[in-house]
Amino acid sequence: MQTRTHPLLVAFSVLVFFFLLSPLVIIVGSALSDTSYLTFPPQGLTLHWFQNIFEISAFRRTMITSFTLAVGGTALSMLIGIPAAYALARYRVEVPRFMGNVFVLPILIPEIVLGFSLMKSLATGMGLPITLSLLVGHALLVLPYCVRVVGASLNNFDFSIEEAAVSLGCTRTKAFFVAVLPNIQAGIIAGFILAFITSLNDVSVSIFLTGPGVSTLPIQLLAHMEQFFDPTIASVSVLLMFVTVAVMAIVERTLGLTFLTK
Amino acid sequence: MTVSLTLDNVSAHYGSTKVLEDLSLHVGEGELVSLLGSSGCGKTTTLRLVAGFLQPTAGTIRLGERDLTRLPAHARNIGLVFQTYALFPHLSVRDNVAFGLKQRGVGRRERIRRADDMIARVGLEALADRHPANLSGGQRQRVALARALVIEPPLLMFDEPLSNLDAKLRVDMRVEIRRLQQANGTTAVYVTHDQEEAFSISDRVAIMNAGRIMQLDTPEVLYSKPANAFVADFVGFENMLKMRVVAEAGDAVRAEMEGGATIDLPKDRFAVPGRDFLLAARPEGLLVVEGAGAGIPARLGLRTYLGRAYQYQCDTPGGTVTANGPLSMPMEQGTPVSLVPQPDQCCLLPVEA
Repeated sequence: MQTRTHPLLVAFSVLVFFFLLSPLVIIVGSALSDTSYLTFPPQGLTLHWFQNIFEISAFRRTMITSFTLAVGGTALSMLIGIPAAYALARYRVEVPRFMGNVFVLPILIPEIVLGFSLMKSLATGMGLPITLSLLVGHALLVLPYCVRVVGASLNNFDFSIEEAAVSLGCTRTKAFFVAVLPNIQAGIIAGFILAFITSLNDVSVSIFLTGPGVSTLPIQLLAHMEQFFDPTIASVSVLLMFVTVAVMAIVERTLGLTFLTK
Repeated sequence: MTVSLTLDNVSAHYGSTKVLEDLSLHVGEGELVSLLGSSGCGKTTTLRLVAGFLQPTAGTIRLGERDLTRLPAHARNIGLVFQTYALFPHLSVRDNVAFGLKQRGVGRRERIRRADDMIARVGLEALADRHPANLSGGQRQRVALARALVIEPPLLMFDEPLSNLDAKLRVDMRVEIRRLQQANGTTAVYVTHDQEEAFSISDRVAIMNAGRIMQLDTPEVLYSKPANAFVADFVGFENMLKMRVVAEAGDAVRAEMEGGATIDLPKDRFAVPGRDFLLAARPEGLLVVEGAGAGIPARLGLRTYLGRAYQYQCDTPGGTVTANGPLSMPMEQGTPVSLVPQPDQCCLLPVEA
């Protein structure tokens, strides 16, 4: 049996996808344009602007900073997030409800407020070096993803399994590593990836915490745009987009994207 | 190695709520004792105290000569079987069973040999390489049993191990549990809310209520001679009639029930425990006799068919009671009858303060 689709619904759907995808098409197109200014449709085709990312030392440097920061910040965040998620799930009855929400605060409060307050407290208040305050800032920014996604896999975990390990001779600490951790691995990987992407693409926190000599790729992109309006901007955007899509594709292939929305 | 388990005046609190009060319990060498009661009676708390997952606020727990009270859970060497089986999802059946041996530093080859032996004893040889997700509920419970037994613990504890299985499997598994427990001569504590399950596999059963043991005895004694109204009600003495001795007439005691009716109880068949007492009777313990007679005067109410008998709701001066009548003689609603207590299906209990 064939169901008839209303022509207006078809038109509407096409429009939605057009608005969702056209900016991305324009960016990809502009990045390939053989002109020294941003334009669409591209005039001529070149990969020169992608090459340019690696030739301009500021981009090269900030790209390394961004990736290091994303890995380091997420790792640091996991060190706090996994125990926190564990405690929230294991002691569901004892821990007051609001404690779970505390860990989500960094995505609830406006990012610009978070960035500003981190600058006041970490950089100017405590006088931390730029790299360190960036690391701490990003760790805090991605903490909600770590706690939530790891927490989702812990909520389905039967803690009797941990007690079984203890009854068979493991200390509490060892039981966590041999009985709990292997069974929440998928959640940890998914949380790590989400956090990694969030950190890599962040502007609002980084803009307050970067300073002389140390910057991240998205911030460098903004700085570059103020001086030059060339297709490098588009090519960096495409690069960031590509990394995000690639990472998501890996998640989809290995764990399934539904895992992130659980 | 068989040892006994002793709990001396153990109390436990959750915050300000008392969960266990002054509980004492002795489980002899090689004995299987069940803790039976409804949820919240303290049976699982007792098990968790012995396992070391909870700390008592008072009292001591000893396993043989060893004082467990302050010993961390992982050092207690107790085999535990959980309601949810609690198998390690990331390990194969063999690795699940070998887990405890690994923690004890048993070498790989020896460990696998002993695990495989135990897997064979619970009849799962063919499934040793599977993961728990690919096993049925009954198979999982066998793995859990093998995992607890392979470490040769001096004490085995079961926490509602069969409540996630279907009825037929439950009966098979409890026979299996009893067989393995007796073959190893392991002392065991079995927590359940299922009376039939507890009575069928235990040497002794502790019926618990509100953090106390109401009676601890063999299933036979609990079933025929409950010590108090709670236990009587629990094992099926549905009717509870308040009585008071008013006269002694020769070889019988005349007792008056609420509402004024009197009944004569032969002294050689009923041991009256005091001036005020409770007559506890199973439905089959009150013989329905048509017309006025020596029993409790009553009028028949609703009749239901049980297959083995007819059951009547009977109005007596002391309230409604449930009594069974013979299949050969169905009686109509409204018939005046006499309910005669049968000594083997009734018991007389002292009234509690």
